[in-house]
Amino acid sequence: MKPIVDIEPKESDSVFAKALKEGLVAGALALGLFCLIVGFRTEQNIRNELILTQRWGLLAIFVAVAAVARFLITYTAPWREERKKTRRVVEAKEPSAFRKSFPKIGLGLLFIYPFLVILILAAYNGSMMGGLQGSLKYVDNFGIQILIYVMLAWGLNIVVGLAGLLDLGYVAFYAVGAYSYALLSAHFGFSFWLLLPMAGIFAATWGVILGFPVLRLRGDYLAIVTLAFGEIIRLILINWTVVTKGTFGISGIAKATLFGIPFVPGPNGFAALLGLPNSGVYYKIFLYYLILLLALLTAWVTIRLRRMPIGRAWEALREDEIACRSLGINTTTTKLTAFATGAMFGGFAGSFFAARQGFVSPESFVFLESAIILAMVVLGGMGSLVGIAIAAAVMIGGTELLRELEFLKLVFGNDFTPELYRMLLFGLAMIVVMVWKPRGFAGSREPSAFLHKRKMVSGEFTKEGHG
Amino acid sequence: MEYFIQQSINGLTLGSIYGLIAIGYTMVYGIIGMINFAHGDVFMLGAFMAMIIFLALTTFIGGVPVVLALLLMMVVAMLLTGLWSWTIERLAYRPLRGSFRLAPLITAIGMSIALSNFVQVTQGPRNKPIPPLVNGGITVYGTNITIAYKQMVIIIVTAVLLAAFWYLVNKTSLGRAQRSCEQDRKMAALLGIDVDRTISMTFVMGAMLAAVAGTLYLMFYGVISFTDGFVPGVKAFTAAVLGGIGSLPGAVVGGLLIGLIEALWSAYFSIDYKDVAAFSILAIVLIFLPSGILGRPEVEKV
Amino acid sequence: MISEVQNNPSAILRVERLSMKFGGLIAINDLNFEAKRGAITALIGPNGAGKTTVFNCITGFYKPTEGMLTLTRQNGEEYLLERMADFVITKKAKVARTFQNIRLFSGLTVLENLLVAQHNPLMLSSGFTVLGLLGFPTYKKAAGDAIEKARFWLEKINLVDRADDPAGDLPYGAQRRLEIARAMCTEPELLCLDEPAAGLNARESAELNKLLLDIRAETGTSILLIEHDMSVVMEISDHVVVLEYGTKISDGTPDTVKNDPKVIAAYLGVEDEEVVELIEQAEAAGVDDITAAVDLLSTEALHEIEEAHPDAAPVELIPAAAIADGASSKVKSARKPAAKKTQAAPATSKIKAGSTSNALEAPRAGKADKLILIKGIGPVNERKLNEHGIFHFDQIAAWKKADIVAAEAYLAFDGRIAREDWIGQAKKLAKEGQAKPAQKKTGGAK
Repeated sequence: MKPIVDIEPKESDSVFAKALKEGLVAGALALGLFCLIVGFRTEQNIRNELILTQRWGLLAIFVAVAAVARFLITYTAPWREERKKTRRVVEAKEPSAFRKSFPKIGLGLLFIYPFLVILILAAYNGSMMGGLQGSLKYVDNFGIQILIYVMLAWGLNIVVGLAGLLDLGYVAFYAVGAYSYALLSAHFGFSFWLLLPMAGIFAATWGVILGFPVLRLRGDYLAIVTLAFGEIIRLILINWTVVTKGTFGISGIAKATLFGIPFVPGPNGFAALLGLPNSGVYYKIFLYYLILLLALLTAWVTIRLRRMPIGRAWEALREDEIACRSLGINTTTTKLTAFATGAMFGGFAGSFFAARQGFVSPESFVFLESAIILAMVVLGGMGSLVGIAIAAAVMIGGTELLRELEFLKLVFGNDFTPELYRMLLFGLAMIVVMVWKPRGFAGSREPSAFLHKRKMVSGEFTKEGHG
Repeated sequence: MEYFIQQSINGLTLGSIYGLIAIGYTMVYGIIGMINFAHGDVFMLGAFMAMIIFLALTTFIGGVPVVLALLLMMVVAMLLTGLWSWTIERLAYRPLRGSFRLAPLITAIGMSIALSNFVQVTQGPRNKPIPPLVNGGITVYGTNITIAYKQMVIIIVTAVLLAAFWYLVNKTSLGRAQRSCEQDRKMAALLGIDVDRTISMTFVMGAMLAAVAGTLYLMFYGVISFTDGFVPGVKAFTAAVLGGIGSLPGAVVGGLLIGLIEALWSAYFSIDYKDVAAFSILAIVLIFLPSGILGRPEVEKV
Repeated sequence: MISEVQNNPSAILRVERLSMKFGGLIAINDLNFEAKRGAITALIGPNGAGKTTVFNCITGFYKPTEGMLTLTRQNGEEYLLERMADFVITKKAKVARTFQNIRLFSGLTVLENLLVAQHNPLMLSSGFTVLGLLGFPTYKKAAGDAIEKARFWLEKINLVDRADDPAGDLPYGAQRRLEIARAMCTEPELLCLDEPAAGLNARESAELNKLLLDIRAETGTSILLIEHDMSVVMEISDHVVVLEYGTKISDGTPDTVKNDPKVIAAYLGVEDEEVVELIEQAEAAGVDDITAAVDLLSTEALHEIEEAHPDAAPVELIPAAAIADGASSKVKSARKPAAKKTQAAPATSKIKAGSTSNALEAPRAGKADKLILIKGIGPVNERKLNEHGIFHFDQIAAWKKADIVAAEAYLAFDGRIAREDWIGQAKKLAKEGQAKPAQKKTGGAK
């Protein structure tokens, strides 16, 4: 969409004419695009027949917005080009101290986040109890929700970011983890702490079982088969009703305990033991730290593995598989370990998810989830843990924030439900961010070993693998 | 036997629709090596357009002959869906051309999410039923096999479109440009082919076929909803891969196969697992025939 | 150095009756040659002669249609390369290679490239990652050693200063050297270099010569190289093999090869009279290195073609200049298999279950012997033999002359059974029952 400006900026007349023309074209285009889908609305009447309502006003707004936006983009292009040039000079300097220590600061913030929220809310409400109750939403919807996705994205990063294998069915392993926890805890009453590693092992086993036949495939064939496997697992969960209860899902899954101390209101509960007032928030805070530790475990393992021969082999595989084979690397087992390791973390996250929700159903494991996790990995900058975490926080936090925008009702009227626009904006944001930063937030990779000095490798050299 | 033939006919009908969508996937993949994930939603959009045109015709004009109505639905849906696809390519894919391979994949996924939710927001989340357009059918003489007229419409329209499309790709300068871009984009550009335009046209053509598929889908099932892009999209992509991605006849063969597998599996085994069957067969075929049925075997360059 | 070769006359690599067909296309036809231990053997020939295909067969990227590739390691272990997977060849048989179109890990740093090459020993010392992950000291030490080894090779190729830069950022010549160093980090006994001097300037090319001679002198690694740059070939190689259309047309020391009229014709691709003329002209002009002149004339142009299509199948790419002479040898190579077929066809039709005197309908006791234990019988031949009713060692051991002729006809190679002494091997194996083969053989079963 960005026009190439090949005219003198001084000729403002011709820029104006050009912008006007392009604006009109964009308006016409928008008219064509939206005339049916926006200009009419179809609704069922009482007899369940569709009737058309006309919305020419809305269509006019769409067309006008497109035309004006295009006009402005073209009209200001010379000016923006100019500014870009001057800014580029300024930006060429070392990453700032803040940026360097960002991981540490971020980590610290993550550890104090629940208490920070409680304190702020307590100050706001004027009572400790108010702070506790009010913080529930923030710890749960923002903290835990985001961290689950961070962990999933870090797990997928091993497969996609490091080994360069495009996996579009990652959510299958998440499902395996969640269902193994749900089923085993329901049937055998195993505790969370036993089932957590078991779920990881199951998921890894599934990773190997699914991976073994398909890893011979290259490129997009691998992508489609992983997608197919993801769908197969979901469809089995839906249809194998005897075991999985189908779309109803499994509810009443046992909660996690803190080394045997349950989070229940009774006398043996956590609150009673510590002499705290009863509140559901302790469990949430416990879960928050649990997922934080799990996510950090994923990060730690990833960082360690990258400095091991296996991690280097993954990255080498991403760069050039044939060269890997010429160096005596067994690419099949290397790929399988990447697949299994990634799947294992998916399984961990899945069992956590089941413990947190207390309910699992196939609804939670649709392709869209896989796509969102993959988008986090790519938007974050493949292979970069910090970038991926930021991408996850922005994407999940951003959409969660949309739920909060009640004030928009004042602007658009009471019928306006911001949630409806959540996924639309989410999709659009994905496009915009990708076009703006095709290599993701963190475009460079950190080498796993160095002789003199650790220098970041610019993203233009790294490849994205063909699988 | 009659049952088998009946189910095969049903499968071929369904397969024709998949085949039409699959062509869009396979062409785009052939020319820029990208999985256009939004294609399923473009198909859904096409069906919605057709639905709105149909309603507009009945509301404003009243009784229109069915053939004319169908034709109008198809043509207008084709044009507008083509326009959508052109815009999508222009905004979301072209800026990323030549960059990181996964970037357009992610924008395509984003586009898919955005499109389906856009339709949800503008048209509401409920199913959109329309009254049946084509009724009745014929019974093959001396048997119990019936072929509904709408099935015949689907098969005939598909056949005609494929013939036209084959002509377009193999006999016109646009098709030649397209095939040359598929072989070597750089070289094609050096020889004076407008590569960007050719790629745009590929998207437009794929979207037009998808719009027809959408119209036929709407006519066959009589209902459409904003989520209907995903499953047919994935199935069609499966078909494209099954047939050998990049190969046009492969897409059609793959589509028909997927349709047949689905229909026969539902008829003889279990309707619940029909998608599992389709996907499993995809996995099995790819494991033994890694480049699909009609795809060129990928020679590993050392 | 040459004396060293003479002291150690054993061949590190024996290529016997190697054939490679792609569909109907014959890329290599019945190729035989040897690479001596500790020597530099050059494989030259016009573009499309099948040189890279030979490399791909040796390093396991292609499975040859027929033939045997025997690699003998320093410690006496023998490997049949045609039966091994590509990565096992590097790991066990210690063959390393470089590629015509450089294949570095461009997003990894120079150092990391060399560390990836030491994957297998590092994997062991990290206890297959488990011990390494837990921070055991063995891995720490091994990792330090690996870096030291990388540093050694970086010093050798003059890239120590750029160790922490991405490999993709290096200039072309440095990338070529790095690829060689990376191959050397796998501690190979045979180093296969696919056009290492391609794209290098004169100075870099001279440096490369020195590097290769150094490698040979210091590590005793044998080198097999494909090269178009005659200055490299003539200067450093001990032995030259010339290919054309997949067949060997000359074999010997650089001097004998460069004066071989067949070689000159192959390179120039002119009518015979013209060759003579050219030789005369060259002699008159005082140029005694005709191949160098030839090189100047033809390779540069050809090179471009090859770069554009590095792996295109040979016959498609007959350089226009080579057609004149090529036509005759093309006919030859095309005729040969055809002739064989006419020979084989009637034999096959007669044989099917019962033409070798002792063919069986089915293996005795339902279990066939592992015929591949006989050196020279690969899985393909085993299948063919089984199809013709040969399942057991004693059957082969009992073959008469007529049977051998019949068998060779349908296996489509002549003279090989006697040369490889299948009968003798089979007798031994039959005697040992299901015991091990005569010599220790690794690979194969994979």
